[in-house]
Amino acid sequence: MKTIHVSKITDNIREMCIEANHYLTDDMDRALKNACDSEKSPLGKQVLSQLQDNLKIAREDMIPICQDTGMAVIFMEIGQEVHFEGGCLEDAIHEGVRQGYTEGFLRKSVVADPLLRENTKDNTPAIIHYEIRPGDQVKIIVAPKGFGSENMSRIFMLKPADGIEGVKNAILTAVKDAGPNACPPMVVGVGIGGTFEKCALMAKKALTRSVEERSDIPYVAQLEQELLDKINKSGIGPGGLGGTTTALAVNINTYPTHIAGLPVAVNICCHVNRHAVREL
Amino acid sequence: MDQYIKAPVSAEEIAKLHAGDYVYITGTIYTARDAAHKRMYEALQKGEPLPIPMEGNLIYYMGPSPAREGRPIGSAGPTTASRMDKYAPSLFDLGLKGVIGKGKRSQAVIDSIVKNDAVYFAAVGGAGALLSKAIKASSVVAYEDLGTEAIRRLEVENFPVIVVVDKDGNNLYETAILEYRSE
Repeated sequence: MKTIHVSKITDNIREMCIEANHYLTDDMDRALKNACDSEKSPLGKQVLSQLQDNLKIAREDMIPICQDTGMAVIFMEIGQEVHFEGGCLEDAIHEGVRQGYTEGFLRKSVVADPLLRENTKDNTPAIIHYEIRPGDQVKIIVAPKGFGSENMSRIFMLKPADGIEGVKNAILTAVKDAGPNACPPMVVGVGIGGTFEKCALMAKKALTRSVEERSDIPYVAQLEQELLDKINKSGIGPGGLGGTTTALAVNINTYPTHIAGLPVAVNICCHVNRHAVREL
Repeated sequence: MDQYIKAPVSAEEIAKLHAGDYVYITGTIYTARDAAHKRMYEALQKGEPLPIPMEGNLIYYMGPSPAREGRPIGSAGPTTASRMDKYAPSLFDLGLKGVIGKGKRSQAVIDSIVKNDAVYFAAVGGAGALLSKAIKASSVVAYEDLGTEAIRRLEVENFPVIVVVDKDGNNLYETAILEYRSE
């Protein structure tokens, strides 16, 4: 049994909100740099080179990479041998977001009610997903999600008869409809299987996987590569202004599903695919 | 081609701009996004005056992150323009000459741009830190209670944008894709 004071959760989440909004992970950094080197369109190359400058300014001057510092999506992978003390864990998580967005000069983009739309002024509440794991570790992933790309995400309740071709069409449809709105080059998170909500959650979590690693299921890894190639032949390009780099990666997660269904969720992320990861 | 324009803009300057041009804007522009557009639209419906001048002006669809001490503004990149499609034509009809955002526009907005000899620019989405460097001053001029969505007057110097829809209705998002499509 390991005991963790909830104030430690607050402190880590505060720092991680600030970190994720100013620095990309190394795999994203490398993917964007490689894209800048290989892009064929002159205008596309200019856009990608601006993104390189943007990342440099963000980390050196501590200006958020993007003004949409997102809604804070937080994955908590909690070992079942962990005991939290000192207060309510969920309150501690929201408090970390509140402190991070306030002290870190991050934009407050959350409204308290979807229709009445009054800003909560501290970017809370966060969106929190808990997973219980074996052991005594706590893994925290803070993934601020901007809504330019979130708004272009889709869910398709396909039929089993639609098969793999149906899945490919669904993903390509979502990406092409998103086009310039989702700030390409994008990262495409996909969930296949499960239920309506399970596939959406898998698609979101797939965005936090490295863009350099393929699925460990061989046919899924092949599907990820085939779709990435197809997406990059669409011509959409950086900023949607034409080019050979439309996506940096397609990350697909799968789960068993019902005999009658084939749910597919496509969660699109812009090139500012942010997440900070820590283990306590 | 690269072009340099002053804001507010003249009809002559707009006429020189073509889809695909890289344009550097220097002068005064205004910010407004979802909530400010809704308020301006409601003001017009009630016959009330708008809080900022439209004639010859440019609106930047942007809501910044907070400024650190000693800086005019925080991160300041464009937001998705299509959410303003409902409101844009009535502002173009009042003399608004251009808007800066990112992403596709509706046919009604493109028709309004052509009818009013206006222009739609894109700034690079997600490059908010870089774009903030071209903003030299910022002040809230209306709807302060909207926070990041308040209307701001910005003084910009060589603010980089790309012409997506020009006054003749040429649309870079449609033409540029064809050039690199290899399906």
